Amino acid sequence: MATPTEFRLPRYGEDPEGTHPPLDFSGYGSTALRHPKQDLVLLPQMLTEVTGPLLGPGRLGEHDNDLTRQHAGEPQGQRIIVTGRLLDGEGRPVRDSLVEIWQANAGGRYRHTGDRWPSPLDPNFDGVGRTLTDSDGRYTFTTIKPGAYPWKNHDNAWRPAHIHFSVFGSAFTQRLVTQMYFPDDPLFSQDPIFNSIPDEKARQRMVSRYDHDITQAEWALGFQFDIVLRGRDASVFEEEEEDED
Amino acid sequence: MTRLLPTPSQTVGPYLSIGLPWPDGPHVVPEGTPGAFWIRGTVYDGNGDPVPDAMIETWQADPDGGFCHPDDPRGAANTEFRGFGRCPTETDGTYGILTVLPGVLPGEGGTTQARHIDVSVFARGLLHRVVTRIYFEDQDNSGDPVLATVPEERRGTLIAAKTGDGYRFDVRLQGDGETVFFRV
Repeated sequence: MATPTEFRLPRYGEDPEGTHPPLDFSGYGSTALRHPKQDLVLLPQMLTEVTGPLLGPGRLGEHDNDLTRQHAGEPQGQRIIVTGRLLDGEGRPVRDSLVEIWQANAGGRYRHTGDRWPSPLDPNFDGVGRTLTDSDGRYTFTTIKPGAYPWKNHDNAWRPAHIHFSVFGSAFTQRLVTQMYFPDDPLFSQDPIFNSIPDEKARQRMVSRYDHDITQAEWALGFQFDIVLRGRDASVFEEEEEDED
Repeated sequence: MTRLLPTPSQTVGPYLSIGLPWPDGPHVVPEGTPGAFWIRGTVYDGNGDPVPDAMIETWQADPDGGFCHPDDPRGAANTEFRGFGRCPTETDGTYGILTVLPGVLPGEGGTTQARHIDVSVFARGLLHRVVTRIYFEDQDNSGDPVLATVPEERRGTLIAAKTGDGYRFDVRLQGDGETVFFRV
């Protein structure tokens, strides 16, 4: 009989090498003083790591998933629908889970006191959205296509248009913040943040796909962007089962 | 079953504070909760300068060591305890989280985990979150299986110091006294 300390926990496998960016990446100047220099210490996945916050409907306001309706007037720019599924590594939907986004306006300006470059703010656009995934793991936002913007990382540096995504999954181990990009952006080649992902195929998984079926006639262009979180490592599971015999 | 390939991490960038903070984010428990205290600290970079565009997130068990979560094999705690806090850093690099002490937890191989809080740190210049743990200096941390794996001379970076209204837990991303960060 299992004692209380011999219970079986889910275990989240390591993502394939090259999926995530290194903490020290010389192309992105801000990493220089902010990356740890000591080796990371392995944290075994125990109760605190395999559980995580379940953040539900209490976090949402009425127009949180439609960034074009948060003010009296409509924002400037190209209206878009961004939709996709939040899945784990085994393809299981992550249901009823909070998805948060933030982005620049159509001219590439953030509503943030630190963003001072000469592109106008839009009085009808905050650039902040939240929603919950449905029973199929699907989320949908209506927003404005963000513009590219300059930054001071290198000579004539421009960030490709992107939307920041924050998702929780169902465990602390699955917490992920990423950026969604748009297909065929000519600025990818000079962007160190996009190119910090070692694996070229992994990099492409941050690029949304234009989807004509999502596009709404005479209203908005549609983009598809699925987010895949760490999966549970089945092999470790089996070993643990054997241990209990 | 088909295995899907994961989505990469990217930095929160300099403007995370328009998208991620919540008015009640720093409140793991409401003000006035019996036993509640503040964990306050500063996030520093490798020059020892405060980091004004970081965010701290915390995740912890309730005071009885329960989690309101379906994957807790002991059964989901029957509680409204959110367990989660988040606070962006101010211009002086400081943050604060109002919470209560988490319970002790069973660990691997019959061990007992000392009271701890899991922490994620996000910031401009961090392409991926970094993860650490908060322990408490006035609690019994002996026998904790995670602290035992940390080189002794670095363990102190994980232990919050008692203050007037709670504890102090600074995060040093790099350099002297660099905080221990974990691979999860």
